[in-house]
Amino acid sequence: MADVYESLVGIVGKNFVSNSKEERYFYARDPGLMPPHEPDYVVMPKTTEEVQQIVKLANRERVPIVPMGGGMALTGLVIPLKGGIVMDMKRMDKILEVNEKARYVVVEGGVPQGMLKEHLKKHHPDLRHSIPESPPITTIAANVVIHGQGRLTQQYGFNSDMVNGLEVVLPTGEICKIGSCAVSPYWFSKGPPMPDLSGLFLGWLGTTGIITKLGLKLYPRKKLKDMEIFVTDNGDLMPDIIYKITQLEVVEDLTPWTQPRPRMFEGNYHVSIFFTGDTEEELEFKRKMVWYGLKEYIDSKDGGFMMIPAELKATFMANPAKSMTNFADVRKGGGFEYSGPIIPTELYPSFVKKAEELAARYRVVQNCSGRVIQGGHCMMFSFAFTFNRADMDEMDRARKALHDAAEYALEKGGVLWKPTIFEQKMMIQRMDPNTLKLMKSIKRLLDPNGIMNPGNWEVN
Amino acid sequence: MQQYVNHIHRCFRCGYCKFPTHYVEFNCPPYKRFRFDTYSTGGRLWLTRAWLNNEVEWSERLAEILYTCTMCKNCTEQCPMGFAPDIVDWIVGARNDMVEKGKIPPRVAHFFEAVHGYGNPLKLLRSDRAAWANGTKKYARGDDYLLYVGCLGSYDENGQKVARSLVDVLNAAGVSFGILGEDEECCGNEIYMLGEAGLFQVLAEKNINKFKELEAKKVVTLCPHAYNAMKNHYPALGGSFQVYHYTQLLADLIGKGKLKLSSSKAKVTYQDPCFLGRYNQVYEEPRRVLKSIPGIELVEMERSRKDSFCCGGGGGNFVMDLLAGSEESPSRVRVREAHATGADTLAVACPSCLTMLTDAAKSEDLQGKLAVKDIAQIVKESLASEM
Repeated sequence: MADVYESLVGIVGKNFVSNSKEERYFYARDPGLMPPHEPDYVVMPKTTEEVQQIVKLANRERVPIVPMGGGMALTGLVIPLKGGIVMDMKRMDKILEVNEKARYVVVEGGVPQGMLKEHLKKHHPDLRHSIPESPPITTIAANVVIHGQGRLTQQYGFNSDMVNGLEVVLPTGEICKIGSCAVSPYWFSKGPPMPDLSGLFLGWLGTTGIITKLGLKLYPRKKLKDMEIFVTDNGDLMPDIIYKITQLEVVEDLTPWTQPRPRMFEGNYHVSIFFTGDTEEELEFKRKMVWYGLKEYIDSKDGGFMMIPAELKATFMANPAKSMTNFADVRKGGGFEYSGPIIPTELYPSFVKKAEELAARYRVVQNCSGRVIQGGHCMMFSFAFTFNRADMDEMDRARKALHDAAEYALEKGGVLWKPTIFEQKMMIQRMDPNTLKLMKSIKRLLDPNGIMNPGNWEVN
Repeated sequence: MQQYVNHIHRCFRCGYCKFPTHYVEFNCPPYKRFRFDTYSTGGRLWLTRAWLNNEVEWSERLAEILYTCTMCKNCTEQCPMGFAPDIVDWIVGARNDMVEKGKIPPRVAHFFEAVHGYGNPLKLLRSDRAAWANGTKKYARGDDYLLYVGCLGSYDENGQKVARSLVDVLNAAGVSFGILGEDEECCGNEIYMLGEAGLFQVLAEKNINKFKELEAKKVVTLCPHAYNAMKNHYPALGGSFQVYHYTQLLADLIGKGKLKLSSSKAKVTYQDPCFLGRYNQVYEEPRRVLKSIPGIELVEMERSRKDSFCCGGGGGNFVMDLLAGSEESPSRVRVREAHATGADTLAVACPSCLTMLTDAAKSEDLQGKLAVKDIAQIVKESLASEM
């Protein structure tokens, strides 16, 4: 194994390889609740060719590789369950091309969300991408690999739906182009009109290859933006409220939420409604559309629009949502994790009740939020529980609450998003056998030596 | 200080601390330089906790990770958590523990030895502390200001030039002031930041006693590091003086018309020193001084004021240089950013920044394209025709 270290140094240089205890300790864990496991090495490549050489080395030596972006999935997806190499991708941080007319960007596999946001704001102010609520250090590639969502998901689908092409280093070391870029200098499609091979990588949690470049769709950045919060104390109305808003086709983002603190929010169901426009008239038109769309609930006194203080509004409008991180410090303890099943919107009220029940049962603080996906075809629901990292008992209770939440979500028809290895196993147990067989075949074909993020999507 | 032990687990390692307010670039100097997450604030705090919990043994690398922090306070500025104002204290607390246990990197130990033995981190003779002064008057009771020059102003070649320039400018303005000369002690700011609380107290008390003995009421510092120590840490040790950074005094003098500045055509960008800006919110006075010089066009770097990128010299690194050796070293990154503004001059207000950025400009082959000058030097040059 000493040879592996020397070989890695030979590939990326000694400054970007570590087998020191300090890096092994840190990269063994994420901020969530999954148990740690140390890598043998941490390596930070700068180029696709370096990634390729590392993958070839790992194949020769049968050493696992775990590609890592910001490491903020919270569900342990970059914990190297079988040791080996953690490949921190964040040195691959070049924004390679923006095609304004075709509205796409091509970035390297370690570009952080925050940096793309600023790059577009500065150089292409009419364009934007779908920014998730996670911290700005999280990377675009990692986000699409877990089917992340963002501010434009209500309009355009999962962020992975916005991928326009990939360059991937396959587990056997070949560099492979996916989408239009395989036959053209343009990155305008991840598949059509050819077979869409991006599905071999998106959602696979880094078990089928390492994304070294990706094309991502960009969208118009409207000059103005605003938001409203609609509130009701009757949670059963929420699916209809979401349906009525999405039916209007005028809102940018739609995020239902409940939370027990501060008291003003307790017992109420909220939905944050974001909309944009190029003129005040357009904004006002959309605002009125939303008001008229929900008028019946106001008339029946079942709900109404909340007065939002300017400071609170700025907090809600921030993207990424810096304030979300504060949930980790509610217990003055530096931790939270959420189980985020994708569910039909009709299940939202029952999931909120379940979250409240679990919080009471396990004596943990919860926060429920969701994001409507592509016009309401489904939504992400977050069972979030905060914990004190210095309180082992509370961490254990939060872990149990998350486990029960995942069980409940699957039982009710949800599908777990960015699942922990335990949650992956729960899904595999319920999965259609032929689906499982297909996944197994694909995995074996692409990764014959089983070196890519082993332990995840382990379908054997 | 040791309260940090009960709070350090609260870091979520979300990484906001790696960036400025806008996410244009990494703004944590050691993270930018080394790129392992361990070198970010989150890494530092998680590893310190692991060390306290005996999950990670002390190693030279662990200590180096802790000591590569330049104490620039970007993390405090950006961290979304309620404990953000305490992060610097946590880092200092962890360093206190390492010092007490004798577990510090050799370069830090050498820094302490130098200050302890010579009264300055450069290991130069105490008797030479005023060699730069060229007859500058010593402070006497009744003078308006005591000019505290500091170690770099006294010994470093670049710093000495700044000190001489400032003396000339103050004389031109008719300011009543004097220096301590050989009687000056190291301010201790870096010693405090490096975790040697005992030595800091000794140094601070020596300075405080000297100031009191001379009945000095107003102290003006050449260096933002001394300004920070005297303004924020000396009062707890009984040393409450009116403390000014020299740019504040110059802004006041210019405002009162006591300095006549001639035209000095230059396109200038300004480096906010961490201990002037983020630590003490002195952002406007240095800019006011620059803008008051006819012919100077002031342009801002992409990262400025509270988002300024540290030169890499803080926390004793202007001597220890733990972040050197790479084109990603903070000072080299920063001179490239300054050059990208189209400026021909990078103005600083700190002798540490001056040395770090001057050296970086050489490494980046920017000599002749980007002059690095202290504001005192720029003001002095604009007085040149009248002197």
